[in-house]
Amino acid sequence: MTRVLKTLLIILFALSAFTFQLKASDEHAGADTVSTGKFSTGELIFSHIKDSYEWHITKIGHTHISIPLPVILYSQQSGIHVFMSGKFHHGTETYQGFKIATEGKYARKIVEVMADGTEVKPWDISITKNVTSLFLSILIILLIFISVAKRYSDNFARAPKGLQNWIEPIIIFIRDDIAKPSLGNKNYQKFLPYLLTIFFFIFINNVMGLIPFFPGGANLTGDITVTLVLAIFTFTITTINGSRDYWVHMVNAPGIPWWLKLPLPLMPIVEILSVFIKPFVLTIRLFANITAGHIIALGFYSLIFIFAEKSAAAAYSVSVISVAFNVFMGILELLVAFIQAYVFTLLSAIYIGMAMESHEVHAETH
Amino acid sequence: MITLAVILQVAANMAIAKMGAGIGAGLAAIGAGIGIGRIGGSAVEAIARQPEAAGDIRSNMIVSAALIEGVAFFAIVICFLVLFV
Repeated sequence: MTRVLKTLLIILFALSAFTFQLKASDEHAGADTVSTGKFSTGELIFSHIKDSYEWHITKIGHTHISIPLPVILYSQQSGIHVFMSGKFHHGTETYQGFKIATEGKYARKIVEVMADGTEVKPWDISITKNVTSLFLSILIILLIFISVAKRYSDNFARAPKGLQNWIEPIIIFIRDDIAKPSLGNKNYQKFLPYLLTIFFFIFINNVMGLIPFFPGGANLTGDITVTLVLAIFTFTITTINGSRDYWVHMVNAPGIPWWLKLPLPLMPIVEILSVFIKPFVLTIRLFANITAGHIIALGFYSLIFIFAEKSAAAAYSVSVISVAFNVFMGILELLVAFIQAYVFTLLSAIYIGMAMESHEVHAETH
Repeated sequence: MITLAVILQVAANMAIAKMGAGIGAGLAAIGAGIGIGRIGGSAVEAIARQPEAAGDIRSNMIVSAALIEGVAFFAIVICFLVLFV
């Protein structure tokens, strides 16, 4: 490091050391920011990771700027309600007997306040932030792929141009390195559309989650319900395409000693459990990777504001480190976005391929 | 008798649960670090032995690292649930 840079860094750190004292934080640090106005890291991180009924863009001065989204509710007591979430005024008001609960079992969700004060959760099929992000990503995916497919269907043998140059290597990569090895040369055609769909869906949604401004920034693949649905798709396709050997081997696998099967069927139990554990692991892996990446980025970002409460100079000096780390984490998260899409698709292909195996000759090892 | 009462009181305390979650997350990080460290080490050794296979080895290394991280994330998710749910 050059002498100038070293001196500059030493001065910055020394400045921050002389302008505040560190105190052990008390229990109420991190309490709600609505009433005290203090910065709350937990609040910031959770509000960015979880779903919400409006799309919060920014805050200028003291006014929040956010896009209100449609709220569609069906209550057992009062029927269907459709209105825009702006009526809630960022969660402070009650509308038509509904409000956004602030604490308890239904925190952050819409509840109906009954006459005696109890909170009842209605059937909630609102267009929330995640659903809106889903629609936007579907729009982007359709735009990309329909335009690329059109170019192919017009003239197949033409040299690729534009978006084709990006899509074609990825499709060939998935076909040659994921589909063909796992599914075999005869069967891969049937499942290639599904594998391509989940790969591009997960990859494009991961990348959109990394973009900090609208229309990106919604944590869609970090929502466990979304990843659960994707895993259920894989589970359904695996189960439907299970060959006879697949089911027979689950109960009576060849090549293992008899005492693992007969008095207490240990191997069958393990096999049947693994049928359900595999999609569960797919769910958790994608959800945890993406959410953890967002939490880390938000954590480094909120470091600046935590130091800002002590002194402005501390905040400026920390912001250098925070931005540097955020850039590094952003690059890493881009890699993780691709890797997680690849691993999800690879494992789905492997599970489908393993379920479809039949007429195998198991080598007898005597 | 007294120690039993103290232990029971400690066991029912939420603060101890949070400390447990913190320790659990740390252990998960250690496990992931050891596992992926071994993968990286073997991969680099294999590349040193046969530099032509570097591409293949690199893809396999990344896939294995992602799978092992999945296991570590299990533990992280459970600790997160303890801390915040």
